Amino acid sequence: MKIIVCIKQVPEVAEVKIDPKTNTLIREGVPSIVNPFDEIAVEEAVRIKEKQGGEVTVITMGPPQARQALMRCLAMGADKGILLTDRAFAGSDTWATSHTLAQAIQKMEYDLILCGTRAIDGDTAQVGPELAENLGITPITYVKKVEIDEERKRVTVHRETEEGYEVIECRLPALLTAIKGLNEPRIPALREIMLAKKKEIKEFTLADIGGDPQSYGLKGSFTEVVRIFTPKQREGGVIIREEEPAASAKKLVQLLLEEPIIKSLRGR
Amino acid sequence: MIRVIIDECTGCKTCVSQCPFGAIEIVNEKAQISEACTLCGACEKICPVQAIVIERPKRGEIDLSEYKGVWVYAEQSDGKLKSAAFELLSEGRKLADKLGEELAAVLIGKEVSHLTDTIIAQGADKVYLVEHEFLERYNSDAYTAMLTAVISKYKPSIVLYGATLNGRDLAPRIAARLRVGLTADCTGLDITEGNLLLQTRPAFGGNIMASILSSHTRPQMATVRPNVMKKAKPNPSRKGKVVKVEANITPKMIRAKILDIVKEVSGDVNLEEADIIVSCGRGIQSPDNIPIVEELAKTLHAALGCSRPVVDESWLPHMHQVGQTGKTVAPKLYIAVGISGMIQHQVGMQTSDVIVAINKDPEAPILKIAKYGVVGDLFKIVPELVKELRKRLQET
Repeated sequence: MKIIVCIKQVPEVAEVKIDPKTNTLIREGVPSIVNPFDEIAVEEAVRIKEKQGGEVTVITMGPPQARQALMRCLAMGADKGILLTDRAFAGSDTWATSHTLAQAIQKMEYDLILCGTRAIDGDTAQVGPELAENLGITPITYVKKVEIDEERKRVTVHRETEEGYEVIECRLPALLTAIKGLNEPRIPALREIMLAKKKEIKEFTLADIGGDPQSYGLKGSFTEVVRIFTPKQREGGVIIREEEPAASAKKLVQLLLEEPIIKSLRGR
Repeated sequence: MIRVIIDECTGCKTCVSQCPFGAIEIVNEKAQISEACTLCGACEKICPVQAIVIERPKRGEIDLSEYKGVWVYAEQSDGKLKSAAFELLSEGRKLADKLGEELAAVLIGKEVSHLTDTIIAQGADKVYLVEHEFLERYNSDAYTAMLTAVISKYKPSIVLYGATLNGRDLAPRIAARLRVGLTADCTGLDITEGNLLLQTRPAFGGNIMASILSSHTRPQMATVRPNVMKKAKPNPSRKGKVVKVEANITPKMIRAKILDIVKEVSGDVNLEEADIIVSCGRGIQSPDNIPIVEELAKTLHAALGCSRPVVDESWLPHMHQVGQTGKTVAPKLYIAVGISGMIQHQVGMQTSDVIVAINKDPEAPILKIAKYGVVGDLFKIVPELVKELRKRLQET
């Protein structure tokens, strides 16, 4: 089994703060992590390898410091890393990102591609399905269980739905997007972190992966951000704190009955 | 322009079974593409020898004025329209009126024509109806092929999808096939002075908002967060046209096959579409206490949500989780019971209309964003709340 895992280095969103004077994001000092959904994808790939053998390659597009995110995945058990890094990739939207990944991946051999369902910073959930389309393979989204039948070259997955899940079978190669619940990613020990430093990370630029330079980065993006602003911050309202729980409940219900949505429930 | 590189084509027929319009036949062991082709691209990527090439116009070379009208994807399941479809129809109507163009809906399924009247009453001028036995249930491969084909044929200027689980599966596949821009999970839509679709969405966990345009590609496409747009009142006297679209689906087109469907939650309320959500957090202490919050949810006809610790402890399955690694919801009323409200939870629910929090800790972050906060013991307050609600809701 040759497995490719696509990952993204993201800022720890919980730590992102807004500068109240300039209304912009304060990114300084915000730690970078491997997108949590991508860690689940890496974990799954490593488990498949541990069970039935194979090779796990982790790939990312990003600035040179995204190497750190690859190192983390190598420490988790991936075998090789690929960093797609070039100033020309900057400003990519989801299509340009998926195109860049596809350009690199189509030159590689693979049976399975794993991605996180979405990144916690951009939160689009679009790169996985778009990458699959760019490679001409089938994406299966929201995957919470994976079984590989190597002999029949098929994968069977549980795909989460609104009411439960679907059991889906697909021929390999396929692309799966992982959700929480698929597994619990391991935390690499110091020994693995040291060993990871000996593993190979290749760097590719636009010249290495080829194609029309106009189809990368900002120029290759179909969407453009025209305005960034901070949303109105929510403010707290009424605090109810009566001696008796029943009194608190009564007061809350009285207030809720003024809300149209609760009013509409009356007499139902 | 689409062409077949004759020297490369091996006549393997893979493309024939993949074409949603039946536009390819094999003549003298070579693929031949007829006028029925819509340039949807389904054949291009699956050709094992890359013998089919679509030459796409570069940016600035496409005639944008060819693309007209606002479309919404009218998502249905089990023959019922999803509430996201109603919201898109009313929002789409507003956009179409601003542009002075037509609003059309695309309805895909098996025997779903009974829904067209409702779609028209909700604001559509036209319904493109795609029916086939293989379209009974959402299937990513078949739905992608059909919708891409219909869009390629009729060339709308805007296509909107609900940012439901399946909407967010479908839209990016179509966007990649058509090579057009797609904006995810929008919470605001408008038309600019230059008649472009202005798409506004939260990013960085709702810390910032971004407004986005897709100026150079058509259609302009977006998925729209459920529950944010208001539903319009139906107007049964509205008139509209139903256009039936031939669907040519072969089993080979469906590469990911659904073998089984397992339902785990009872009732028909799902989190993303619920008007009211009652959510519980670590404060409920044990899975044995879930019925306490379930009772409140039942009283309010609400969906049951939870925060991350509840899933981590396996007290509830992941599909109930609201927050950064769970679902993003925007109900009219969100009641957080025993949830402290760390930022990871807030990013999943902060666009709710009204937030109610019940927490014993007066310093809990959730109380700082709640319109109504109750400080106290949830095990005492929630049962009293259920009692009081039952009594007061029966009054007319």
